Amino acid sequence: MSIFEYNGSALIAMVGKNCFAIASDRRLGVQLQTIATDFQRIYKIHDKVFLGLSGLATDAQTLYQRLMFRHKLYQLREERDMKPETFASLVSAILYEKRFGPYFCQPVIAGLGDEDKPFICTMDSIGAKELAKDFVVAGTASESLYGACEAMFKPDMEPEELFEIVSQALLSSVDRDCLSGWGGHIYVVTPTEVRERILKGRMD
Amino acid sequence: MECVFGLVGNGFAIVAADTSAVHSILVHKSNEDKIMVLDSHKLIAASGEPGDRVHFTEYIQKNVALYQFRNGIPLTTAAAANFTRGELATALRKNPYSVNILLAGYDKETGPSLYYIDYIATLHKVDKGAFGYGSYFSLSMMDRHFHSGMSLEEAVDLVDKCIIEIRTRLVVAPPNFVIKIVDKDGAREYAWRESIKDMSVISS
Repeated sequence: MSIFEYNGSALIAMVGKNCFAIASDRRLGVQLQTIATDFQRIYKIHDKVFLGLSGLATDAQTLYQRLMFRHKLYQLREERDMKPETFASLVSAILYEKRFGPYFCQPVIAGLGDEDKPFICTMDSIGAKELAKDFVVAGTASESLYGACEAMFKPDMEPEELFEIVSQALLSSVDRDCLSGWGGHIYVVTPTEVRERILKGRMD
Repeated sequence: MECVFGLVGNGFAIVAADTSAVHSILVHKSNEDKIMVLDSHKLIAASGEPGDRVHFTEYIQKNVALYQFRNGIPLTTAAAANFTRGELATALRKNPYSVNILLAGYDKETGPSLYYIDYIATLHKVDKGAFGYGSYFSLSMMDRHFHSGMSLEEAVDLVDKCIIEIRTRLVVAPPNFVIKIVDKDGAREYAWRESIKDMSVISS
């Protein structure tokens, strides 16, 4: 079994009209065994930048701690928050530092940049950035997620509709993947508020 | 194979571990205590490579004591768990420890807590956790009978149910178990569950 499939994960980020949604599953497993059903994969870097980390859970935790540290240092020096584009470059650089002994994670970054323009990107475990205008996916269920998102996506969705679309895409994809699921965790972020919701899906 | 499991009850956390010290097909001893008292209100139940287990848990115990000497107050359970994860994570890509840990503790402000830390430094706060082949039985037993806020009698009854299940269904089931609890009065040994008593040396 691949090291990326040791813990199991599923992540989506999708762009809407002046908003974005980022969602993950909630399972923490050790290969075939489920350890917890409330594992957090999405972290808030600051009010307008969210980071999702799929792949090996231990590396996701280490990476999150390193990135939080770097962002706090940036905040002290620059006296402002990092833009999502800048943060994505930081993540890419940190991942490439370990080119020949990488972190086994695939990050998904979503944020509101200048003039609250939504920004999403993903990268592989060694920091190759993939910018997208519509959606990005990661995790063991990524192939199903690509299909579901492609079928359901429409440009310029309002937050409520975006929430529905992302939830349906996530839940239907993780149902086809034994290593991810056990509910969903979704953040819908607009310039004025962040709405966090837990989804109840098939608990198996 | 080594069995370690634990759960959180109403104002206490309880952990149980088998007590066999095994080397290939030979049982060296059946009264090896694998649950270390970390400090007055913390327990560390560890399973894995014997040398690593003893060395690593002693290292954590001494560092937790050092913090208390230096700062005059003890570490919280969450802090001790994060410190342990940090040590495992740092060693992971250099000289990894093969130790799985359940860290149980009681804090005045937050009450009892249980942390699952596996050998590759995945940290998660849980209500019930288990390691080893025994986990397939004990985790399922706990899924069925556990509810939050169990009394001590109910929790010990559940621990006993798990031990009986392991003894019945695991082919290389360890004969003896030790149970320890931690609550507002501190961390202490609760009971032993022995089906084979270690024979003392018979004088000729």
